[in-house]
Amino acid sequence: MPAAELRLVTAGPRPLLRAEGLGVTLAGRRVLTALDFELPPRGLVVLLGPNGAGKSVLLRTLQGLMAPSEGRLIWREPPPRPALVFQRPVLLRRRVRGQLAFALARGGTPRRARRARLQELAELCDLTNLLERPARALSGGEQQRLAIATALALDPGFLMLDEPTANLDPAATLAVERLLTRIRARGIPILLVTHDVHQARRLAEWVLFLHGGRLRESTPAQRFFTAPASPEARAYLAGRIVP
Amino acid sequence: MRWWWFALALLPALLFGPSSGLAGERFIILQSTTSTQNSGLFDHILPRFRAATGIEVRVVAVGTGQALRNAARGDGDAVLVHSPEDEARFVAAGHGILRCRVFFNDFVLVGPAEDPAGIRGLSDVAAALRRIARAGAAGRALFLSRGDDSGTHKKERRLWRAAGLDPTAASGSWYREAGAGMGATLNMAQALGAYTLSDRATWLAFANRRGLALLLEGDERLFNPYGIMVVNPARHPGVRFQLAKAFRDWLISPAGQEAVASFRVRGQQLFFPDVRCDERSGS
Amino acid sequence: MDEIARAFALALELMLSGDRELYAIVALSLQVSLSATGIACLLGMPLGMLLAAVRFPGRRLLVVVTTALMGLPPVVVGLFVYLLLSRAGPLGDLGLLYTPTAMVIAQTVLVLPIITALTRELGEALIEEYGEFLAAMGLRGARRIPTLLMEGRHALVTVALAGFGRAIAEVGAVMMVGGNIRHVTRVMTTAIALETGKGEIALALALGLVLLAVALAVNALAHLGRRRQRELAHAGG
Repeated sequence: MPAAELRLVTAGPRPLLRAEGLGVTLAGRRVLTALDFELPPRGLVVLLGPNGAGKSVLLRTLQGLMAPSEGRLIWREPPPRPALVFQRPVLLRRRVRGQLAFALARGGTPRRARRARLQELAELCDLTNLLERPARALSGGEQQRLAIATALALDPGFLMLDEPTANLDPAATLAVERLLTRIRARGIPILLVTHDVHQARRLAEWVLFLHGGRLRESTPAQRFFTAPASPEARAYLAGRIVP
Repeated sequence: MRWWWFALALLPALLFGPSSGLAGERFIILQSTTSTQNSGLFDHILPRFRAATGIEVRVVAVGTGQALRNAARGDGDAVLVHSPEDEARFVAAGHGILRCRVFFNDFVLVGPAEDPAGIRGLSDVAAALRRIARAGAAGRALFLSRGDDSGTHKKERRLWRAAGLDPTAASGSWYREAGAGMGATLNMAQALGAYTLSDRATWLAFANRRGLALLLEGDERLFNPYGIMVVNPARHPGVRFQLAKAFRDWLISPAGQEAVASFRVRGQQLFFPDVRCDERSGS
Repeated sequence: MDEIARAFALALELMLSGDRELYAIVALSLQVSLSATGIACLLGMPLGMLLAAVRFPGRRLLVVVTTALMGLPPVVVGLFVYLLLSRAGPLGDLGLLYTPTAMVIAQTVLVLPIITALTRELGEALIEEYGEFLAAMGLRGARRIPTLLMEGRHALVTVALAGFGRAIAEVGAVMMVGGNIRHVTRVMTTAIALETGKGEIALALALGLVLLAVALAVNALAHLGRRRQRELAHAGG
């Protein structure tokens, strides 16, 4: 599908982000090639694709941890502050309260406002009873919610999550999904990487499908799951191994 | 945040603030030898000097060679050592003044009680050393030298010269060089079953003798005079000259001489007062 | 053999006797070595983290040098500091030679490379773990140092103890710059050397056992304080 058409079907008059011919080369290897897409100013976009498709690299590039080697990223004005929840939750050697306080300080929350913000975040992420627990002693689901709360403490204008439920049981997965729904309701646009097609169906409004470092689909979720356009996406959804 | 851990690590540095030179207190640094320290002489005489004058004497006990080298850098206010030739050279080089002989003791040859070289009963130290060398060459005896350029080591080298021998050619075989203080050398001699030259004071105070015995004493060449000098303030302006001179003057006074003479180890007098001042060493 | 048994009995007797000179020697040992370790931590921990966190010209050389200096013989350090503090030396006018301050300086020089090298090693592991996270939090380069120190604090206790162990156990440097002056600069290790020199082997060994007890007490204290916080360092499930 030609790039021009992809851009046309993307919704919204003022997109959060427009990527033009985005390419990333890592240690001489091309990981992402000529990506053209737009992200809507709100809602939840799911980024799908097999392992090695370049999903994590795309998130890191959008976060600013890696620099594009080609093309450009055009953010909405004023550019939103991005926040990234890593695949493995990063936990400081502190109590839950300490980790959130650290992130709030980094996010520029004024000292006087931190206590209230911290309580609010803890309530949003269902951590209120865990504030005095050491971060590293939390269960997998609790750790993931703390990681999300940590990202939110930066007061981001755009939240990215890299497979946040990959290692969680159904109950913990559900808790994270509910949390994402609440965050979306607050008007923070979300870009979610997942391998769970069912989760993608439950949450996504828009789908980006990456394969081999190239963008194969940028489609409303409804259409992606009912009538995927590219053979790679069809194969992926059917559970077949795509070369 | 719990920064108290770091605070805890720094507490001693901040709280104690290690007392430095205790400026203003009346003390001198005396560069001296292990023999006077290890025998306990200083513990006997220095409290009396302090009671008489209020001056504290801080003793740095090293070998004669190192004591003189330290003092030549100005690190010390007075020197009490036992090597007359080196003392004279120290004075001639302008580092020391007010030199006096203050007391003497003597050296003794000690060795394994079985005495494989057969020196017991001899009165001639040169002859004894020749026997040790012969037994050593035959693999029956060892001689342990201080090997540290101390007063005792210098004396030992003079004695070998007097015996007409150069044992350093056999260094590593029957002639061993410890590179250590008198006490450490006696410990090694005890462990190796070796002969060695010791000052009588350290030998008498030495607690770890076991198979080691005194085998030869009394030769006049074993005479061991100690000398005191004040570090030259014209050369080293930081020297506490008046206090150092007070110590030197006290040591050669009847009170100081009495203090030295009354020092006993196992009922035996170790240091014998004998004051002779070198008038040419300035005042 | 009975000498070793005697040493144990003597060590106990010494510790219980309330001998004021012994207590003063133990106190000075602790004061000097804890001060030196504290100063070395103050300088070496930020420096170690800097070496881990920032690339700058000459960094590799510094890394190699600090690691190599970990094996520096105490007597060489002592000689170096002696020449600095000697009246004829560049800092001679301060009159610090043969004082506890001189001993603290020498032991600080001795311990600094250990603290720096071990902290750098720890910092590199922490950056592996937290580097991207901190970058996403807007912290890069040297600005990460306070956070790295904070996150490494448990391991840094062990680093400090390693430095303290080297300081309290060494004899060459304090002998050289302190002079083993009774009531002034005599510490545990120089007292042991002195008693060995007098042939008082059992007493020397007994003092060694007292030194061991003191070192054990310091370590136990540090780990006791640490236990309360250890759960924070545990990796979660």
